Amino acid sequence: MSASAVASGAAPQRTEFHVLEEEHHEPGGATHLGFWIYLMSDCLIFAVLFATYGVLGASLAGGPGPRDLFDLGLVALNTTFLLISSITYGFAMLAMYKGDQKRTLQWLAITGLFGAAFIAVELYEFRHLIHEGAGPQRSGFLSAFFALVGTHGLHVTFGIVWLIVLMVQVTRRGLIPANQRRLTCLSLFWHFLDLVWIGVFTYVYLFGVLR
Amino acid sequence: MAIETIASPETSFLFGRLTWAALPFHEPILVATFIAVVIGGLVVVGALSYFRLWGYLWNEWFTSVDHKKIGVMYMALGLIMLLRGFADAVMMRLQQAMAFNGSEGYLPAHHYDQIFTAHGVIMIFFVAMPFVTGMMNLIMPLQIGARDVAFPFLNNFSFWMTVGGAVIVMASLFVGEFAQTGWLAYPPLSGIANSPYVGVDYYIWGLQVAGVGTTLSGINLIVTIVKMRCPGMTMMRMPVFTWTSLCANILIVASFPVLTAALVLLSLDRYVGTNFFTADNGGNPMMYVNLIWIWGHPEVYILVLPAFGIFSEVTATFCGKRLFGYSSMVYATVCITVLSYLVWLHHFFTMGSGASVNSFFGIATMIISIPTGAKLFNWLFTMYRGRIRYELPMMWTVAFMLTFTIGGMTGVMLAVPPADFVLHNSLFLIAHFHNVIIGGVLFGLFAGIVYWWPKAFGFRLDPFWGKVSFWCWVSGFWVAFTPLYVLGFMGVTRRMRAFDDPSLQIWFLIAALGAGLIAIGIAALIIQIAVSIWRRDELRDVTGDPWDGRTLEWATSSPPPAYNFAFTPVAHDLDAWSDMKAHGYTRPLEGFRPIHMPRNTASGIILAGLATLCGMALIWYIWWLAALAFAGMIATAIWHTFNYNRDFNIPAADVSAVEGARTSQLAGRA
Amino acid sequence: MSADHAAHGSVHDHASGHAHDPHAAPHGTFQSYVTGFVLAVVLTAIPFLLVMARPIESAGYTAAIVLVCALAQILVHMVFFLHMTPKAEDGWLLLSTIFTIVLVVITLAGSLWIVFHLNNNMMPGGIMDDMQMEAPPAN
Repeated sequence: MSASAVASGAAPQRTEFHVLEEEHHEPGGATHLGFWIYLMSDCLIFAVLFATYGVLGASLAGGPGPRDLFDLGLVALNTTFLLISSITYGFAMLAMYKGDQKRTLQWLAITGLFGAAFIAVELYEFRHLIHEGAGPQRSGFLSAFFALVGTHGLHVTFGIVWLIVLMVQVTRRGLIPANQRRLTCLSLFWHFLDLVWIGVFTYVYLFGVLR
Repeated sequence: MAIETIASPETSFLFGRLTWAALPFHEPILVATFIAVVIGGLVVVGALSYFRLWGYLWNEWFTSVDHKKIGVMYMALGLIMLLRGFADAVMMRLQQAMAFNGSEGYLPAHHYDQIFTAHGVIMIFFVAMPFVTGMMNLIMPLQIGARDVAFPFLNNFSFWMTVGGAVIVMASLFVGEFAQTGWLAYPPLSGIANSPYVGVDYYIWGLQVAGVGTTLSGINLIVTIVKMRCPGMTMMRMPVFTWTSLCANILIVASFPVLTAALVLLSLDRYVGTNFFTADNGGNPMMYVNLIWIWGHPEVYILVLPAFGIFSEVTATFCGKRLFGYSSMVYATVCITVLSYLVWLHHFFTMGSGASVNSFFGIATMIISIPTGAKLFNWLFTMYRGRIRYELPMMWTVAFMLTFTIGGMTGVMLAVPPADFVLHNSLFLIAHFHNVIIGGVLFGLFAGIVYWWPKAFGFRLDPFWGKVSFWCWVSGFWVAFTPLYVLGFMGVTRRMRAFDDPSLQIWFLIAALGAGLIAIGIAALIIQIAVSIWRRDELRDVTGDPWDGRTLEWATSSPPPAYNFAFTPVAHDLDAWSDMKAHGYTRPLEGFRPIHMPRNTASGIILAGLATLCGMALIWYIWWLAALAFAGMIATAIWHTFNYNRDFNIPAADVSAVEGARTSQLAGRA
Repeated sequence: MSADHAAHGSVHDHASGHAHDPHAAPHGTFQSYVTGFVLAVVLTAIPFLLVMARPIESAGYTAAIVLVCALAQILVHMVFFLHMTPKAEDGWLLLSTIFTIVLVVITLAGSLWIVFHLNNNMMPGGIMDDMQMEAPPAN
């Protein structure tokens, strides 16, 4: 690559105060770290929502509580969909590293479908709760529940939109480095959301029914 | 008890709750302000059209992704908003000086309440934050030997989102009203039941739009410092200003999400009828106070750490020696960063969490003063036996040391919960935080502006008017705020509009005099800028290093070329530029290569414009417009991602030409 | 942490696999993804079964096991799906994650502790209501 003593790692002489041959670095090399730090900030938003749920979780205002409302079978189904979507995205990434555009797109499509199934189940659950009179306005507990679970669902929805856009971009330009970077970022996002969901089903649903 | 305001007007599909009643024709002060703004605006727009500058502004500034230009634009925003925020302060001082002996002053309650709310919001979010962000943007990449920040487009977007937030807040002056809740908008007062009209919504959306910009900027600058340092610049060879920038940006990323979430919950309460912070139905307003201060305390360290960094640079430069105790400075900064996350409850000792909780946070608050003290000693030891040049930046630094220390001490007093029970929300508290923010943050920014102005623009600021501004600010600050310490001790509460006790009036009159002195100081600052531009040829700096600086930004020309460094520098030691000068560094005169740079883009300003429009539509309940604007944002963002052509190469010949011109400039001077 | 060179460059030859650039984003293999998936399924099934069927009578013990499974599954996700290693991004990934976890813990624990005390002291029906304060002697 370059002939500069600096790039080869040798300690530069005191007379060498500038780099003669720039190392060729791919534009966007900072994207991975940058996106990770964004995810950390998103983590803090969820932390606030979890804390709010923790504080308001017992404020039923005389209304229905977790045991009255949560259908654990449905949550188990939901969780399965999301978990499967995580591994299908993993398979998409493996196909991407092999340079197999067709397989990448196929696995991405399957991921999107499972993600959409997750959202569909969640919307069904929300609609049912609202029909039962247990909407977000009913009590502090329900406000916190809808905010936490709803924010997670919104994130998944954005992820699905992003996934569709990326599928179009990969179809048009192939697995160029820029698209690989974007797929890597979405991968981080997707797995992060599954990670947050672990917290949600544990702290909200399972603990809620146990209490 | 609801706030006295315009009762809920009728809503229409097309205009939401926006009606003619929203325009404040009945408020003479606002009408006069509006006329002045319109005239001023027409003058500016007319001048730009006459001199055909729109294309130049759009291509060279508004769509620029150059960190230096974005930094300058942030500073300009901060300066403009300083005038608005200070106008609010003057109005308050006048009101409080007048409202004795049965007089109600000249400001009705609902107007006065908006003024103190807007004063706080504007000063923190639209003066201090833009100044600090602008300074970090302008200088930090140069200090680490980089060509730009890690995400140049995001940088542009962040700036315009901050402007969008400012536009929303300023719009509240003429259309509708602003919040009347204080700058943190505590519920239940800020809930929909007690503040049904647009004020709190202006507050929420102004801060949310600006907050997105700030958070993204935080991520941007962290990654820049972590990944884009020039070869040889290890973490422990970074300039102190870069270290404090890193820590401040870590705090931004760590705290702004909490503000975002808290405001989302408040807006859900107001728009959807949820019960997070309501007084009934299972809500808990105290949780809002808890959350907002988890953000609020790190926020003040976001403001002050870069100021500390500026003081470190200025002290070392104007004392002609290396900063004393570099390592301890770094450790102190990191300690402050971590500890700032453990003290937030001291803002609400009196809310009733009890002795055990209060003691923990009181002790933690006292501990955090220790690393700050360590920094002060380091600056003093740097000055000791140094060859001190009392240029304006150094004068600001000495003023800071004397002023900020007092403010810090009153902070330690407030950290003692029993004392705070007496002093909480009194004028003593007001005096304390103005003491540390003005004495610490603002003096630091002024020092930085004078210090780095030549780097940004190629000529120095006029020293005479700078000194006028300095003496007026320092004397004005003490005259304005010492009475508030006295009044606070005597038990006077904050945010009061009128008083019964005539013996207090003399103190408020003295405080008003102080505000007048500060006003002269601000006028002098503006005159300083105008005079300096007028006399820029006399004040010209062709060396790029007018102060005999120590860090890499002084290695470039003033102003630096778009690409900053023709060849990326290599650092061998702390104070890399001093090191280069000491070892006979010569500028390379040939062998230039093409330089890879990011392209300008309009996506940032368009996206931010749509976000601002969406915010305004949500404030006024114009749902169709909000949905349209939001969809537009998504569409623009997606469209932007389809643009893969984001960079270009500056040809080697152009670099040669620029560097050649600089060589002539330097030779001409000799 | 030194920064001898700027951002990494994953110059992928996308036609036929990629060179193992030490600075490329870490990624998994088929085995690692499947292992992670199986572990995650197990660590999800156990809590759901414990709570839905309640074989253990004590809610406290059930909750403890559920919590341990959740924490373990979070780790599984981090290692097998997010590919977090101490070497990624010169250690900055791990550092930023640890910092975030610390802040999350402070936010959660701090808020719960503070609001618990606030509620008890300041809300009607708190435990402080039960404490009777005697009036001080009238001299």
